[in-house]
Amino acid sequence: MAELLFWPVLLAYGEAAVAFAGDARRPGSMGRIGTWGVRVGWLVQTALLVLQAARADGFPWATWAGSLSLFVWLVVGAYLIWGCRPRFRLLGLVVMPLAALLLALSYAGGGVDASGRSGYSTLFLVLHVGLVMAGFAGLTLAAALAALYLWQERELKRRSSTVLRFRAPSLVSLEGLFARTVAFSLPVLTLGMAAGFARLRHGSQLDPLIVLTVLTWAVYGTFLLLRFGAGWRGRRAAYTTLAGFALVLALQLSLQMGHFA
Amino acid sequence: MSLVLVGTSHRLSPVEVRERVALDHEGAAALARRLADGGEAVCLSTCNRTELYLSHSDSDSAEALAAEALLEDEVELYRLRDGDAALHLFRVAAGLDSLVPGEGEILGQVKEAYEAGARGPVLDRLFREALRVGKKVRTETAIAESPASVSSAAAALAQQVFGDLNGCRVLLVGAGEVSELAARALAARGATIAAVTSRTEERASRLAEAFAADAVPFDQLGRELEQADVVVSSTSSPEQVLSRDQVPDRKGRPLFVIDLAVPRDVDPSLAELEDCYLYDIDDLQAVVRESLSGRRREAARAEAIVEQEAKRFRDWQASLHVVPAIASLRERAETIRSGELAKAEGRLEGLSESERRTVESLTTQIVNKLLHVPIVRMKEAAATEGAGYVEVARDLFGLGEDESAAANRKPRK
Repeated sequence: MAELLFWPVLLAYGEAAVAFAGDARRPGSMGRIGTWGVRVGWLVQTALLVLQAARADGFPWATWAGSLSLFVWLVVGAYLIWGCRPRFRLLGLVVMPLAALLLALSYAGGGVDASGRSGYSTLFLVLHVGLVMAGFAGLTLAAALAALYLWQERELKRRSSTVLRFRAPSLVSLEGLFARTVAFSLPVLTLGMAAGFARLRHGSQLDPLIVLTVLTWAVYGTFLLLRFGAGWRGRRAAYTTLAGFALVLALQLSLQMGHFA
Repeated sequence: MSLVLVGTSHRLSPVEVRERVALDHEGAAALARRLADGGEAVCLSTCNRTELYLSHSDSDSAEALAAEALLEDEVELYRLRDGDAALHLFRVAAGLDSLVPGEGEILGQVKEAYEAGARGPVLDRLFREALRVGKKVRTETAIAESPASVSSAAAALAQQVFGDLNGCRVLLVGAGEVSELAARALAARGATIAAVTSRTEERASRLAEAFAADAVPFDQLGRELEQADVVVSSTSSPEQVLSRDQVPDRKGRPLFVIDLAVPRDVDPSLAELEDCYLYDIDDLQAVVRESLSGRRREAARAEAIVEQEAKRFRDWQASLHVVPAIASLRERAETIRSGELAKAEGRLEGLSESERRTVESLTTQIVNKLLHVPIVRMKEAAATEGAGYVEVARDLFGLGEDESAAANRKPRK
């Protein structure tokens, strides 16, 4: 059953990625088709996750592949908040291929299996994994917005004659949006980390992943201080968001090192 | 009722010819009333075209009258009928026949002409469809999205930086016509024209008054730059009027500078400042060229939409030919049905009220079912076979003849 749901999700996300690429070349109905692909894919993935949760004896996303599937669902869900607006469709060009790729990776690692088992208490994992993943998803979206900002800013600086061809959001709204997304995601990540640290007290040892998470938190924390305290904006702010995302990516890819196992 | 179009446009006639047949709103309405004469008429008159749309039973006379009204001996005219006339109007409403493809003004002009016209069922349907097609083309293609002039390109670029221009402060350096056009484009998108500065204080004051802005002395340019989000510079100064050193620290606030002057007013190295975006006249013209070529690319998609909609209109118009025949056929069938029931009245006397209703319903259903296929076929064939098919139906069913005459008529050999 889980297999039956997985393929439509991958197909819908893939279709959305291709449609957004088509929309970037020639704006029109392709963008709408892409948005529907995202909506349908996300709803089917929701059903897949519900099925996994119902079948599993505990929290079913305790493996790196399982957490990756949850991460994809959170990223696409966050994208849907803005992605339905025509001006943010370009963002789908960054988000959807990544979502399709990570979902395929998760499938290869058994992340959509409906018989996952967890040795951890459900409450711990829901709080820790769920909140950390939600925080990472928000930071991923912030990075995509920052990347779009840098592309748009470069086009305007270069005085490209095609700058108006792609219906991208304005620089000011992109800049405000990625800063606000970080401001929303960091507290969520903080809560997830706090849940993890609460468990550490019961005898677990500090692993490199935890150190990397703390470093990521510090980078984004500094960014928020500078952005909202010292009026740090523009290109520097976008590069810092991307630097923070590089750490998030490293964290995501390092999960198979056994953190959740 | 045939549809007739007689007109001239920028494609056939230069402005000195077009202005001779141009009509104002009242003139167009009056001419429409005069030309209608028992039919329908709408006059569409803009700076690029004057077109008369008529629907009349005597289409040749209507066309001659319209051509006379448009001074046919002195003005080169095009004359189109039915489907071709509809396709033309749909293209006009979509902006495909305009100088700048997809320009939006024409849609309002078509609407005005429609409202002032002497309309009936055909022109009413034609113009409502044209307005719908015009909107559809602009929604489903990007033909009208990109700017078509230097000033609108400047405003669109400012929006690309700031998004909503509401609350954006614009500083005009130079108070000439070029500055004014750019200011109008920016103000139309919500920007506030905050200050005008010029070496000629009188001109600065006049332009500032037009936009309820402050006229500031030229030597205070640096101070005004601190407040401004957008700077439009268009002076006739042979030297640069805005240097990199004059721009204060923006503290992360973007500054969009539009240099419309030749020779340029603004130091090109200003573009190297972070958060500062500088566009000169060549940059803007390149954006407009790209934008126009984008509109032309979109025009191909728009043509397909217009073609499809014109076909739908042609089918509808063709179906009008069969409406009277269908009505006659139904009437003939109903006469026969009720006549036969009346004849059988004596034999039906013993029936109860409910049984009578059943007989009524039964006979009506038989007639409807018998007529259903011929009527559907007539409607379907109307678009392809046209009037010929209607004639066959009339002949087969003896429509328009007396019922007994139709029954007694000898078969053709």
